[in-house]
Amino acid sequence: MTVPVIGVLQEINLGPLAPEHLSEVIVGIVLMLLVFLVMWKAIVPAFEKMYDERSSRIEGGLQRAAAAEAKAAAALAEYKDQLASAREEAARIREDAKNAGAQIVAEARDKASTESARILESGHAQLEAERSQLLTQLRSEVGGLATTLAGKIVGESLTDDERANRTVDRFLAELESAR
Amino acid sequence: MNPGLLPLEGGGYTPPGVDDFKFGPAFAGAPEWLNKPLLQAVIGALLVILLWWWASRNLKVKPTKGQFLAEYVYEFVRNGIARDILHHEYKKFLPYLLGLFSFVLINNWFGEFFFFMFPTFSNVGYAYGLALLSWCIYVGAGFKKFGFGFLKRSLIPEGVPWYLLPLIIPLEFLSTFITRPITLALRLFANMFAGHLVVAVFVVGGSFLLTYENNIGYNVAGGVSVIFSFAILFLELFIGALQAYIFTVLTAQYVSTSISEAH
Repeated sequence: MTVPVIGVLQEINLGPLAPEHLSEVIVGIVLMLLVFLVMWKAIVPAFEKMYDERSSRIEGGLQRAAAAEAKAAAALAEYKDQLASAREEAARIREDAKNAGAQIVAEARDKASTESARILESGHAQLEAERSQLLTQLRSEVGGLATTLAGKIVGESLTDDERANRTVDRFLAELESAR
Repeated sequence: MNPGLLPLEGGGYTPPGVDDFKFGPAFAGAPEWLNKPLLQAVIGALLVILLWWWASRNLKVKPTKGQFLAEYVYEFVRNGIARDILHHEYKKFLPYLLGLFSFVLINNWFGEFFFFMFPTFSNVGYAYGLALLSWCIYVGAGFKKFGFGFLKRSLIPEGVPWYLLPLIIPLEFLSTFITRPITLALRLFANMFAGHLVVAVFVVGGSFLLTYENNIGYNVAGGVSVIFSFAILFLELFIGALQAYIFTVLTAQYVSTSISEAH
């Protein structure tokens, strides 16, 4: 039994191209719809969910790796920063020390020269003072001595050289002994 | 009569033919239409559902060996057919394409499996059914996306001068709405039909020659022919898979031309 076909097709014998039973077409469609429904509602969602999970897990791993890398890079940068600043500070300290040393030396030299100048000055002053004191003393003493000597010379004969010499010698000897 | 040829008439040999594709009721008391191909189609659909259900019930992010195989088939349809042809809109049509591929493949391979030994789609009605469904899908997808603008898009190609339109419109109509589903169905049917017929010729003819009395030459030829039928069966396995693939790819292609923005 072949499926009744309409119009001009009735004239042609389609042979195996005409379905033997109309049920074939209907059953084919119904079964395919059934398969489709199961695929649509169960199979494809299950697979897609698994793929989503897998890709999200891979993405998460990648993100974690990227984060770790960034962290390591940041740590390295910080370390380099610290190293650079430490070097800079060391250089600065060295420079400061050099400057300070130079200043100290200069100050010491200044101080020493002023000190030596001061010592010299005071030495000069003292010497001057002692000298003037000596001069004053000497002047007064010389006056007295001269007077004494003159009196003695006058007491003897001023014309006798020998006497005068003796007087002077005596005077000097007195001076010697008076000391 | 040439003695080198078989006495085809009156020798008790009936070559395989169209009648070998017609089946009576599957069991006593069943209606006329409830025949072996119909039972095969039902078993095929159940097998598809069962196998996929079994494959998808415990999917792991890290696949086991079995899941790897299931994923391979799934991705073959998902990435190799649906995504390649439909691009970003493939997810909507993936369930139908996956089901279509699996259902056609299993039913084609029934032609090579013991107990069945008959490809379901060599009964043309099933092929018509699937082609009709695919037609509904790609026409429906076009109407859903563009409304009645779909008719204009599918009947009037861009850049055609107006005076050619009376010629082009009927041609486009014929090619899009009539010949596509028919060729889809007939391609599948004819491949399965011819393949099964070839196998049947080798097996039936070979057996006849193998058991021919008093002719050792015929018997050797028959043996070779039966052995060769196994090679043909392997070829049929390949063709069955190929036709399932082609049916699915063409359905996807038709959907793609229906919903693509430009022609």
